[in-house]
Amino acid sequence: MKVTLQVWRQKNRTTTGDFVSYDVENVSGDMSFFEMLDMLNNSLISEGEDPISFDHDCREGICGTCGVSINGRAHGPLKGVTTCQLHMRSFSDGDVLVVEPWRASAFPVIRDLVVDRTSFDKIMEAGGYVSIKTGGTPDANAIPIPKFDAEEAMDSASCIGCGACVASCKNSSAMLFVGAKVSQFALLPQGKVERKERALNMVATMDDEGFGNCSNTGACEVECPKEISIINIARLNREFFKASFN
Amino acid sequence: MALDSKIPEGPLSEKWTKHKFNMKLVNPANKRKYKIIVVGTGLAGASASATLAELGYEVEAFSYHESPRRAHSIAAQGGINAAKNYPNDGDSIYRLFYDTIKGGDYRAREANVYRLAEVSNNIIDQCVAQGIPFAREYGGLLDNRSFGGAQVSRTFYARGQTGQQLLLGAYSALIRQMNLGKVKFHNRTDMLDMIIHEGKARGIVTRNLETGEIKAHTADAVILATGGYGNVFFLSTNAMASNVTASWRAHKHGAYFANPCFTQIHPTCIPVASDHQSKLTLMSESLRNDGRVWVPKKKGDDRNPKDIPENERDYYLERLYPSFGNLVPRDVASRRAKEMCDLGHGVGPTKLAVYLDFEDVIERNGKPWVVEKYGNLFDMYKQITGENPYKSPMMIYPAVHYTMGGLWVDYNLMSSLPGLHVLGEANFSDHGANRLGASALMQGLADGYFVIPYTIGDYLATESLKPLSPKDNVCTEAVKNVQNRTKKLLNINGSRTVDDIHKELGKIMWEYVGMAREKSGLETALEKIPKLRKEFWKDVKVPGSANEYNPELEKAARLADFLELGELMARDALEREESCGGHFRVEHQTDENEAKRNDEDFTHVASWEFEAEGKSKLHQDKLTFENVKLTTRSYK
Ligand SMILES: Cc1cc2nc3c(=O)[nH]c(=O)nc-3n(C[C@H](O)[C@H](O)[C@H](O)COP(=O)(O)OP(=O)(O)OC[C@H]3O[C@@H](n4cnc5c(N)ncnc54)[C@H](O)[C@@H]3O)c2cc1C
Ligand code: SF4
Ligand code: FES
Repeated sequence: MKVTLQVWRQKNRTTTGDFVSYDVENVSGDMSFFEMLDMLNNSLISEGEDPISFDHDCREGICGTCGVSINGRAHGPLKGVTTCQLHMRSFSDGDVLVVEPWRASAFPVIRDLVVDRTSFDKIMEAGGYVSIKTGGTPDANAIPIPKFDAEEAMDSASCIGCGACVASCKNSSAMLFVGAKVSQFALLPQGKVERKERALNMVATMDDEGFGNCSNTGACEVECPKEISIINIARLNREFFKASFN
Repeated sequence: MALDSKIPEGPLSEKWTKHKFNMKLVNPANKRKYKIIVVGTGLAGASASATLAELGYEVEAFSYHESPRRAHSIAAQGGINAAKNYPNDGDSIYRLFYDTIKGGDYRAREANVYRLAEVSNNIIDQCVAQGIPFAREYGGLLDNRSFGGAQVSRTFYARGQTGQQLLLGAYSALIRQMNLGKVKFHNRTDMLDMIIHEGKARGIVTRNLETGEIKAHTADAVILATGGYGNVFFLSTNAMASNVTASWRAHKHGAYFANPCFTQIHPTCIPVASDHQSKLTLMSESLRNDGRVWVPKKKGDDRNPKDIPENERDYYLERLYPSFGNLVPRDVASRRAKEMCDLGHGVGPTKLAVYLDFEDVIERNGKPWVVEKYGNLFDMYKQITGENPYKSPMMIYPAVHYTMGGLWVDYNLMSSLPGLHVLGEANFSDHGANRLGASALMQGLADGYFVIPYTIGDYLATESLKPLSPKDNVCTEAVKNVQNRTKKLLNINGSRTVDDIHKELGKIMWEYVGMAREKSGLETALEKIPKLRKEFWKDVKVPGSANEYNPELEKAARLADFLELGELMARDALEREESCGGHFRVEHQTDENEAKRNDEDFTHVASWEFEAEGKSKLHQDKLTFENVKLTTRSYK
């Protein structure tokens, strides 16, 4: 099949970008979206043009490196799927696909479709851990944890830090990402010890890094490739308020 | 140089304890005066960086990734081993040690492997304390499962995302130290060369992937935790950017490369669909606990699998290995699958696949049970292939997955280049000729959390190092070399893309240095690879410039090193006139087509010293077995 791509091209952080159109032929349904881009890039290189930069690594939906917005939807049209797992069989012959980087001021564009998400690391630095050192920890079975709590914590811990939640939010809020981490720890005895400082510090850093406020539109949950539930935001709010009032 | 593995004296179970006591310590107040460079922040590098910083050392960590959380370790699915014996099924440190040695077909060091088994339990304690949500039972205690080739349940897991959770744990420890200012982390920074001063590893040269700036960094010791080199095959289950450059650059400066040909081919991957394929996806081995592997008895049988009656199916693993059945080790399962396809029993459009069937278990335990246990894997399979594995069997085929070979290290994890320490998949140490499932995560974290923090202190306390600044000659020279090499790559401006040449290399490697290796094939590879390398340096086309974000330039520099490594792998495979573990020489097999070792001549680590491009010298690091008896692995 044939598709037409309208791709955001931007040389670096300081220049402005623009859309450039490419016709890609001989696309097969078994190709992943990135394999289609690989094919296009190889022909661009052969023709002496600059290939399109995009971020990716594992290509199996777990490292969180990839992510572009396709026709306005973060990670493309499918539910619970990262861009790297998207296959061309999800599109039809003749489709026009508008391909853009994540749009958020906290994620500046590095080049083309590649953005800088180190603001997420900054938030994590503010409290995304249990303050223990290596060694001297109790036996792993010393504290039983109800299976249900462990499973819920695991649901939250499944976040891959891709940033689609921010990109799909009209306020560019990082509440789902932060909520997931705060929840994981709030649900486990190991994390409860520092729950207050964690909630306060991570939220403060989120604000400092230029992410917007949450107005409960729920767009993040819809586009999250790991289907992180918006319950995590409710939990974050609870943790934050509890921490603020004593 | 003669290799000294520095294995401590004494009984196996006391070696590590005694060694820890005998090693010199760095006074706590002095630790901050030592700077350590850590390249790589996957499981091994992140755990090492965090722990060294906690101890008080000044740490600078580097990764070409955007964040430590993106490292390839994140993709590990199945689990991590430990000798906790929580299920009370007869496990022990000794059994984990024994299984790992045997699984590696007696080509690993007893002392290292024993230490690995010994610290395995601490890893689980550490991870739980970090808040890693491992799977649990209803009573609230940790759950275990059995995993590829083990007869006890010792594998801890977090759904099919164990690597993700362990890496996020190590990353959390690391960012905590970053927040405290104890670790300086350089993201999107690619190490392109080593800096050697007075015979010791004292620094690295890096390229900032966004700006292109090339820079020298110096330290008292350097740690490489840069992962494996499976991508020399182009198609593998590794992440796209995984590469050998850090190790290869160190190798060219004097670090020996050990057992480069020891590659693990994983039996359960999604088969190649077309020429456009960019990578292969692993279907966790845990699937073999409940899935049954079969092929049609009739060659070229094109029927829908549902229409092939029971008596016309060959459940060949169950037939050949009645006691292990579908759970035989990876090398055995992979080879048998290839054999079935070579004999004409392969299925699917390319005929390079076998079935992995869940019909029985779905019938026995019901679909919800299967959904709970394997739901995410089934979804992934469906997403990639467009087929529903609840309705028809999965199709699988072996793919390159892990490299047991790597830089040679002694018991202290130091390479033959003094000051250079190597951790995780990048070293050769613990898995011999075949790695058992769930033991790479264990090794990476053992190295990073519990071994290097002790052993590096001994090195630093013993050496007296002169100050070295990035402005010194050796450093500016090294920077210049990297700049020149970069320019050279950009100036070739030939006609073939990096991917195009990499795919060709991959095909050569898979064809001649893959699952079954033969003298004539290896010799062909030894002719073809240097030719391709020449062609690369004459005809590759790298677009763009040096001072910008330029992924093609990154890839080209990596491919240049793969093109040298590939040759060494073929040479090593040719030299090793035996079959062992994942290394199968067609000339050396038993009557039953199993690997036939030659203990007399090959109970050693083949350690290669770099002499010149395409020229290496072999050193044998003899393996002695004082505790286990070398037997022929039998999984019948
Ligand atoms: C799909 C898959 C599933 C697996 N499942 C399991 C499992 O269930 N159990 C198990 O035990 N093992 C499993 N493994 C193996 C295991 O995941 C790896 O062996 C292990 O994670 C390697 O960790 P590492 O820290 O050594 O390297 P990596 O995680 O690969 O990290 C390498 C680091 O080095 C950096 N780096 C590399 N080169 C450079 C350079 N030149 N400059 C700067 N930085 C550099 C990278 O940025 C990265 O930070 C699996 C592997 C795969 C592919
Ligand atoms: S919450 Fe979902 S969308 Fe947001 S970073 Fe995590 S995985 Fe990505
Ligand atoms: S490339 Fe890793 S999640 Fe897409």
